[in-house]
Amino acid sequence: MPLSRTERRGEKQMLLIACPYCGERPETEFRYAGEAHIARPSDPSALNDDEWVDFLYQRANPKGLHVERWRHIHGCARFFNAVRDTVSDRIFKTYEAGEPRPDVNAVVADILAKESER
Amino acid sequence: MQKFSGFSLIRQALSGHQGWQAQWRTPEPKASYDAIIVGGGGHGLGAAYYMAREHGLKNIAVLERGWIGGGNTGRNTTIIRSNYLFDESAALFDHAVKLWEGLSQDLNYNVMFSQRGVLMLAHTVHDVQSFKRHIHANRLNGVDNEWLSAEEAKEFCPPLNISPGMRYPVVGAALQRRGGVARHDAVAWGYARAADALGVDIIQNCEVTGIRRGVNGAVEGVETTKGFIGSKRIGVSAAGHTSVLMAMAGVRMPLESYPLQALVSEPVKPVFPCVVMSNTIHAYISQSDKGELVIGAGTDAYTSYSQRGALHIATHTLDAICELFPMFRRMRMLRNWGGIVDVTPDRSPIIGKTPVPGLFVNCGWGTGGFKATPGSAHVFAHTIATGEPHKINAPFTLERFRDGLMIDEAADAAVAH
Repeated sequence: MPLSRTERRGEKQMLLIACPYCGERPETEFRYAGEAHIARPSDPSALNDDEWVDFLYQRANPKGLHVERWRHIHGCARFFNAVRDTVSDRIFKTYEAGEPRPDVNAVVADILAKESER
Repeated sequence: MQKFSGFSLIRQALSGHQGWQAQWRTPEPKASYDAIIVGGGGHGLGAAYYMAREHGLKNIAVLERGWIGGGNTGRNTTIIRSNYLFDESAALFDHAVKLWEGLSQDLNYNVMFSQRGVLMLAHTVHDVQSFKRHIHANRLNGVDNEWLSAEEAKEFCPPLNISPGMRYPVVGAALQRRGGVARHDAVAWGYARAADALGVDIIQNCEVTGIRRGVNGAVEGVETTKGFIGSKRIGVSAAGHTSVLMAMAGVRMPLESYPLQALVSEPVKPVFPCVVMSNTIHAYISQSDKGELVIGAGTDAYTSYSQRGALHIATHTLDAICELFPMFRRMRMLRNWGGIVDVTPDRSPIIGKTPVPGLFVNCGWGTGGFKATPGSAHVFAHTIATGEPHKINAPFTLERFRDGLMIDEAADAAVAH
């Protein structure tokens, strides 16, 4: 299909996000839920103030690959995780909540290698 | 510096405008400086200017990755107001408004500051209660703000639709008459010209790629695309990229960066007398002196450095604009763009010291940094020059999240902020 004018100019309109449970859906069905894999401390009373700041407030906020939570609020309502490039907003992978954090660089290198073969 | 005045304009006109000089130099970086500001937006250029003017530091550089004012200074909707709820915020933002009032004279540069009034619309009972609380808090802090009925709001802004049949009818409004707009590019250019005249080196196309720290942990300088530049004092004033820069010094920040959108319409004759904001249905609008309607939309839902926003965000704002101002329904939008805003958990800025000796940061302005430009720059200059915060920015520390002393404008405004 030929690219639309906005696509040719590299402007984004809306993300298409692949919910691991429901498949690809438009962004407006989802709610963003921040950085993924931030585990609640197992022994909260053992944390000092700086460790609480790190857990509650400090975020990686990278310019590049970001592992983040999304919720399919207007669909199955379930949480899942995604690997997204915060410069291009391209989502490279989505996976179910509870799965371990993937090696993001390997995931992206794999996808880009497959694309260049084509 | 070539002074601007009516007389100089006439003299240049007689000689065919051939005698104007460049407004600032294009220097190569020196080996070291007394202080370096990273980020050549209004906040950074202003900080360099106030350091040179009020603290006697002359050997200062401002490093800018792109061109000055090409970031959020040139991407915002230029709204200026100071009607914030908490004492700390009111002091900071009103400090800025007071500096705005004399800025064109201070800089000998017309920043086109126009106190045409900022009208904040109330649509619900919650809005009415919240705005009236703001008005009382503002008055106690010496900040002007007054309550208008819907009819009075329409008298102040005739294009406003106050019909009770609207989806979210206008039930009243808060008006800050000292609020208004300024020419954003002129703010960057005016500060750059005035700082340059005081000896500040403004180095454009110079990206900071690393922050060098010595064995005692203190900063020694920055690695840049133009080589290493030494300095014992570094002020980071880089808005959406603050997390990236601070990571170079090993500091994690309580920040997330989001794209915030704005758009302008085709230019038309003067039709819109003031600034109107509606937090509840999310519309921000004023008319530039060029005639374009300048419209602020929201942030995308997710963090991003893409400097563009999703179409449905802008559409959502235009829905609200069309409902509030039916006469704009046939207007065509010319351009839209995004800027990357760094948002703190309490939606108040961070201006102060960091755990790294010699490294200072001015960030976290979120979606509302332009209005604070002169005030922020002024207190940040004080912080870098003296090593200690000014009393106005003393509450806006990085440590407030650890100490539980947040300035929670986020919880108070109850909107995307």
